[in-house]
Amino acid sequence: MQILAISTIFEGNNLLRLLSGLFVTIEISVISIFIGTVLGLILGSLWTTGNHLIQPFFKLYLEIFRVVPTIPLLFLFYYIFPRNLNINLSSMQVSILVFSLWFAAEFSDIVRGAIQSISKNQRENAYTIGLSMFQTYRYVLVPQSIPNILPAFINLSTRIIKTTSILLLISVTDVITVGQQIIEANAQDTLVPLLIYALIALFYFLINFLLSQLSQRLERKFRKYE
Amino acid sequence: MSWAYIQQAMPDYIKAFWLRLKLSTIGIAGAVLVGIVAAFIIYYKIPGHRIILSYIEIARNTPLLIQLFFIYYGLPITGIKIPAQQTAIIGLVFLGGAYMSDAFLGGLRAVPKIQIESGRAIGLSTFQLSRFVVFPQGFIFSLPALAANVIFLIKETSIFTVIAIPEITNTTLDLIGQNYRTNEYLLMMVSSYAVILIPLSVFLSWIERRIRYANFGN
Repeated sequence: MQILAISTIFEGNNLLRLLSGLFVTIEISVISIFIGTVLGLILGSLWTTGNHLIQPFFKLYLEIFRVVPTIPLLFLFYYIFPRNLNINLSSMQVSILVFSLWFAAEFSDIVRGAIQSISKNQRENAYTIGLSMFQTYRYVLVPQSIPNILPAFINLSTRIIKTTSILLLISVTDVITVGQQIIEANAQDTLVPLLIYALIALFYFLINFLLSQLSQRLERKFRKYE
Repeated sequence: MSWAYIQQAMPDYIKAFWLRLKLSTIGIAGAVLVGIVAAFIIYYKIPGHRIILSYIEIARNTPLLIQLFFIYYGLPITGIKIPAQQTAIIGLVFLGGAYMSDAFLGGLRAVPKIQIESGRAIGLSTFQLSRFVVFPQGFIFSLPALAANVIFLIKETSIFTVIAIPEITNTTLDLIGQNYRTNEYLLMMVSSYAVILIPLSVFLSWIERRIRYANFGN
């Protein structure tokens, strides 16, 4: 029976289907991380400009996305948008939207912390030599805060990759949904669920473990220069 | 919006609220215990600390959802059948223990070496040293990370819905399925989360500020 179960994974194109499910997971994560990074960088920088008019809005946005768990957020966007605003989004687009906004909220806080930890002299000196505010951020503040941002950025990315596992709830065909389909197709073999879930766990583990090793290495490298 | 539906659903939400509070409390308490033990094992490099280290890597790098599926759907083949609520608690302790031990380890390592050497010099045993010197100070250092983990774990409990535990998200989905009233139930869902998380978040950041203020003259 054991041999049978293991062969189910390689049977037909099961492994290929699992990998294509994994690709959907990665695709959503990468697009969300990209959009979230750009948005988070802008929001985090704007926060540190000390504009009192926009700060309450940022704070509200940040708190909502940090306090409400991702599953309710997904459902909010999945149910409320189509019904009340007449916007039809596919579940793929909804998940990218939610994850981008979530990533941007968390990332903007990281950026804010990193920029605020840079000595005030840097900003003042930049203004003194005649840089505009945009130039100050572009050439002085953001480049200097990258060593502080990068490890936290990678950690946040591993979190988003792990959180994509809940996408099966709004019926995105990610790696777990494919796994469940394979399990249902082989319902007579009781060992299949254990193997499939272990395999999916291994996929997630490999991606996240490599990323977290990378972040640890970067952290050590940057600490050396301090 | 219709208040009649909200009123009607209230008892369900209150039940879900308490269930969630119960599961989170037990799960987080277990996670803190596991975290403290694991952190000390790694801190003193007690034999077997490599196993703990790999446990932490596994727990941190796989999603809670897969961990729950593995326990709930995968393990029964080996003859271990665990009911849904226990599965949820085990999953939360498994995941949380790893995050908590990281938080505690960071705290323990922040205790100045001179404290430990002084403790040794006045003749404290390893247990006494941990009990009276390392732990009290390390615990304070680890509080910010601990607070972040508590919020993170409470948020993670919304994943319990996938193993059909009638917590807030699951209740909401059920009610939407029965009555087709999305707005009302989603409002209820978000407010139930806010009721727990906003006071907690305010309280924890207050503690954090107090600690930074005291800072033990360092």
